[in-house]
Amino acid sequence: MSTNGAYPIDRIRADFPILSEQVRGKPLVYLDNGASAQKPSAVIEQISRTYETEYANVHRGVHYMSQMATDAMEAARVKAQEFLNAADEKEVIFVRGATEGINLVASSWGRANLKPGDEIILSVLEHHSNIVPWQMIAEQTGAIIKVVPIDDAGEFLVDEYEKLLSPRTKMVAVTHVSNALGTVVPVKEVIRLAKAQGSAVLLDGCQAVPHIPVDVQALDVDFYVFSGHKLYGPSGIGVLYGKQALLEAMPPYQGGGEMIDRVTFEKTTYAELPFKFEAGTPHIAGIIALGTAIDYLNGIGFDAIAAHEHDLLTYATDQLSAMNTIDIVGTAADKAAILSFNIKDVHPHDVGTILDHDGIAVRTGHHCAQPVMDRFDVAATVRASFGLYNTRDEVDVLVSGIKRVQEMFA
Amino acid sequence: MSTDLRDLYQEIILEHSRKPKNAGVLEDPTAEAQGNNPLCGDRITVYVKLDGDRIEDARFDARGCAISVASASMMTESLKGKTLDEAEEAFGRFNTQMTGKEAPELAEDDELSALMGVRDFPTRIKCATLPWHTLRAALKGAGDTQITTE
Ligand SMILES: Cc1ncc(COP(=O)(O)O)c(C=O)c1O
Repeated sequence: MSTNGAYPIDRIRADFPILSEQVRGKPLVYLDNGASAQKPSAVIEQISRTYETEYANVHRGVHYMSQMATDAMEAARVKAQEFLNAADEKEVIFVRGATEGINLVASSWGRANLKPGDEIILSVLEHHSNIVPWQMIAEQTGAIIKVVPIDDAGEFLVDEYEKLLSPRTKMVAVTHVSNALGTVVPVKEVIRLAKAQGSAVLLDGCQAVPHIPVDVQALDVDFYVFSGHKLYGPSGIGVLYGKQALLEAMPPYQGGGEMIDRVTFEKTTYAELPFKFEAGTPHIAGIIALGTAIDYLNGIGFDAIAAHEHDLLTYATDQLSAMNTIDIVGTAADKAAILSFNIKDVHPHDVGTILDHDGIAVRTGHHCAQPVMDRFDVAATVRASFGLYNTRDEVDVLVSGIKRVQEMFA
Repeated sequence: MSTDLRDLYQEIILEHSRKPKNAGVLEDPTAEAQGNNPLCGDRITVYVKLDGDRIEDARFDARGCAISVASASMMTESLKGKTLDEAEEAFGRFNTQMTGKEAPELAEDDELSALMGVRDFPTRIKCATLPWHTLRAALKGAGDTQITTE
């Protein structure tokens, strides 16, 4: 099954219990990693281990178990810090996921910094969760949203972006990798140009972190968000990275326990970072297991993962391009392992149902990125998104599935 | 319960989806409504022309899957010439058959029964019912009504 001599694909697949499940009597072929990735045993077992051996509420009790849980959670924060190469662990805020991270920044940073006529730049590639929070804050503050277009290949148009930038630009919020098309956005350039105009930058790293090593200091990005569940970790947990000076100047997002220094009815003072932004009891077991997922990925190594996934993407793209009734949507030069396509005259939903019959899980629909669909004038696409455990054999199963669809609708 | 694909994609459904009846915009409709399935981004507009309380003509304009297009095609075919009360009754019957707990009793000659295979594919039931909900919105609202399946 190996696609690359050195890559330990058999061992990796054995790490993911769900991959040996059958779907409708067929082996599961899981190609919906862009929506959510499956979990290795290490992560699954860590969740039980937390509840079995080191669980209590965090940052509260003086008792042994509370201290154990707090230490484990804070150790995970350091893992996330190292994962993003953040300067300080205080800059790592645990949130429910990317959606909550973006809402936090839009709301807290936005309320403090946006005035009528200020501009926020997004791109056509954005997931709805990097559009709607900005529309909400723009409505409240009188700020204006500008949108960077893409070309027919799905490439982010840097020239057009440059034209939109001005001293009025206060925030540039774009995705690092497009979830609908796989396009890798030239974020280094995006950030450099934004900084030249004095704008802050938020990157949505949901689809980037499973495939690309990220260094927030080298990027000089102000805010970076990702969700744990796409990174082979639990759902319900994610990370917001923010530069310390910016986070310190921002008002809290939610009020409650954990985020306070001292509360009286006259005045409340807030806790230091990161706790100022972590009101309430967090997803303790989830945070600890996210740390385990990061360890797991580091154990394989991003170079190996990237090479493996690139091989799968190239192999799948070649196979599908050779079928003349297939339209690949998104053909950027630099792509993560995401392949969106349509079969001529067959609606993606019908494709999805038929592939599901062969045990193949793909996403069909607009991928929460309707502006991308509108750009290509399609209602939806079929999206195969590859993960570190997929194989060329699975691509072959996908190709036979597509042939079955074509026969059925011929 | 059979979840065979051929029960879903019966020849008659594929036929209707390839060559839908009553597809396209109806000029001067008495009523129209737009339906959306936010899950898949599908959109349909249903137009009706009434003669008194009788449906003289019904057409639809859709961007959708085989199931929703076939459903719209069969629906518009079956409703021409019906009264508003009869249309409401047909909607109720179809909706119950599609979403009810018990397997529906069907008249053999009812073309719509071909769609009952959808019952075994829960994620696709909304595809079949969207045209009907949209039609109903058109008949009820008579105007620029918008509905969604969510
Ligand atoms: C690019 C991108 N941004 C944001 C999100 C939202 O992530 P979550 O639903 O985990 O908050 C997703 C996930 O679908 C995504 O792919």
